[in-house]
Amino acid sequence: MDPKIRTTNVDFFYGSVQALKQVTLDIREHHITALIGPSGCGKSTYLRSLNRMNETIAGTRLVGEVLLDGEDIYSDGVDVVELRKRVGMVFQQPNPFPKTIYENVIFGPRVLGETNKERLDYLAERSLKAAGLWEEVKDQLSKSGLALSGGQQQRLCIARALSVEPEVILMDEPCSALDPLSTLKIEELMQELKKEYTIVIVTHNMQQAARASEWTGFFLMGELIEYGETSELFSRPQEKKTEDYITGRFG
Amino acid sequence: MRLSSRITGRIAFGLIWASGGVAVLALLFIIGYVVVRGLPEINLEFLFTLPRGGLGGEGGISSCIVSTLWIIVVTMVLLTPLGLGAAVYLSEYAPDTRLVGFIRYGVELLAGVPSIVFGLFGYAVFVTVLSFRFSILSGALTLVCLLMPYLTRTAEEAMRSVPREQREAALALGATKWQMVARVVIPAAMPGILTGIILCIGRTVSESAPLFVTMGGSSQMPDGLMSSGRTLAVHVFYLAMETNALEKALATGTVLVVLILLTNLFTNWISERLQVRMMGVS
Amino acid sequence: MPRESYYQHLRDLQDEVLVLGSMVEKAIARSVTALRERDLDLAHRIVAEDSKIDARSEEIEERCVQLIVTQQPVAGDLRLIISIVRIVDNLERIGDHAEGIAKIAIMIGDEPSLKPLIDIPRMAEKARDMLRRSLDAFIKRDDQAAIAICEEDDIVDGLYDQVYHELLMFMLEDPKTITRATRLIWVAHNLERCADRVTNICERTVYTVTGKVDPSKTSNY
Repeated sequence: MDPKIRTTNVDFFYGSVQALKQVTLDIREHHITALIGPSGCGKSTYLRSLNRMNETIAGTRLVGEVLLDGEDIYSDGVDVVELRKRVGMVFQQPNPFPKTIYENVIFGPRVLGETNKERLDYLAERSLKAAGLWEEVKDQLSKSGLALSGGQQQRLCIARALSVEPEVILMDEPCSALDPLSTLKIEELMQELKKEYTIVIVTHNMQQAARASEWTGFFLMGELIEYGETSELFSRPQEKKTEDYITGRFG
Repeated sequence: MRLSSRITGRIAFGLIWASGGVAVLALLFIIGYVVVRGLPEINLEFLFTLPRGGLGGEGGISSCIVSTLWIIVVTMVLLTPLGLGAAVYLSEYAPDTRLVGFIRYGVELLAGVPSIVFGLFGYAVFVTVLSFRFSILSGALTLVCLLMPYLTRTAEEAMRSVPREQREAALALGATKWQMVARVVIPAAMPGILTGIILCIGRTVSESAPLFVTMGGSSQMPDGLMSSGRTLAVHVFYLAMETNALEKALATGTVLVVLILLTNLFTNWISERLQVRMMGVS
Repeated sequence: MPRESYYQHLRDLQDEVLVLGSMVEKAIARSVTALRERDLDLAHRIVAEDSKIDARSEEIEERCVQLIVTQQPVAGDLRLIISIVRIVDNLERIGDHAEGIAKIAIMIGDEPSLKPLIDIPRMAEKARDMLRRSLDAFIKRDDQAAIAICEEDDIVDGLYDQVYHELLMFMLEDPKTITRATRLIWVAHNLERCADRVTNICERTVYTVTGKVDPSKTSNY
């Protein structure tokens, strides 16, 4: 069974600084993969290279292969807009646009060219339901997105990402700005979402990685130290560095 | 003797209150003086008749009101796309080169040039060389040159203060760069941009020197872009310098103040409606 | 190092296990002494002090629960704490076996002894030695030593067979000795169970180090 995303020997540079070293990793479809590691270890850089978001920063360069369904997303002729439709992203700080909830959710389909109102309404409802937010906002779609609580805003961002019907959802520490209850709600949501999507989550919170994911990769100073099934990695890690990190002996 | 920090705090607080009070009082005094002395002169006849000139400052200010409106419209129609376009370029598309830094510096410099210098420039270029003569067009073009640095700077800052996360969110959803700018950055910056536009309108209304040398001083009702005209601000100058109708000058001033007050109130209202729509709070 | 107080807790906990181990070891020794020397006072004391062993082991277990709740241990730390819980349980049972021997000594009272006790003290000595070394191996995380100790359980089993057959002979020759003989068989049985429990402790050492339990190395049926 081929992996949904396969990265092979990826090196990544911010100018002359090397942030990723020979990272080779498979992301399995319909699974939740967690990336853990201390600050600055490269896990966010790795995540952002999966939808070419690193290119919004000047002076960055990637060497190696990043295959989505077997095709290299960095080869010439790849449409970045199309890629980002297939590989969506949710960020650390909830960042809804200063627009209404409805406009937030259908922003993606709109910029991709959808104009049919019925289709947009359908996508809005479906995405909000999938994000577990529909019941709370269905009567207030014209309210500003910024009027929601932090946890709701993040779920709105998830709905927004879902509305373009992606295949992969990348989450960069999606819960670190949220209270514990909202965090648990989003973890529950992830378990539902993985049935239809593939999820990759970067997290600082090791209990979250242990709770919510099936596969975990441990990054340290730009290298992938260990990658394995979450239950194995957390009960019987193979590398000493992994054990030292997850037991809190450093980091 | 060392004062305790509580006492110094109290003294500082008192001084700050006093300065604020002085500023407010001065403002009230000035406006009050103008309005109190000018208000009696204002009646329907004043507002709707043409100025007739003469030492006594006969007549009203009808043509001045119309000229002012003309100049506002023409200036803003020309200024807004230019200023916004420059702001979008500088904020979103300009590369980080020396040339661009130079352009930015130039814009800053222009903002400091005295308005009469722009007036002379306008006279030389628009009135004379381009043969637009004394006209609303010359006046408007001159004001565009004067105000562009302000609008560009204000709009650019408004756009730059849109957080990076908003832009990233748009790009991550599959927007192109232009879609991100047009659909996320500019709408989010709209309150700031609107403030800039209204500020420019306010300055248009209050400028006298540059318009004095580019619009001519005709007291006739303007009938086109190329008509000469006299705005309210310029008319105040005329009345004050060439007649002894001080009351009429003050009355014109009152109308100006009212106009600016209305403009500001309108700005606040629009800004607030926008805030509510965008942020859900006022 | 971050979490220094947590590691101190872990070290303290392991020290507590050693203390409990030595209490239990002494109980075995003294129970056999009480039997051999018909020292009923000693026997009663051993029975009374078993409650201290029980209390201590519960305390250690409770501290393990606290550590799990407050520190969310993972990997080697988690295996260590789980192992301590199970080792302490085994130690407490060994303590119960020693108490059992003391109770038998009380039952025998000052009856004349059937035969000089030779193999039983040997069993006790072997079991004590295995216990001491198994706890040492645990603290040192020496899984190889732990596996070796498991194999010595055969010696204790052999001694038990010897005792059993010898006492069987007594019972067959003279039915009047049955009561006394069966009591001695029970003592030997208790000691044999002590040694079995020690192999459980060794299993825990292997688990802590490797994360796996390999019954073929540690059990012996």
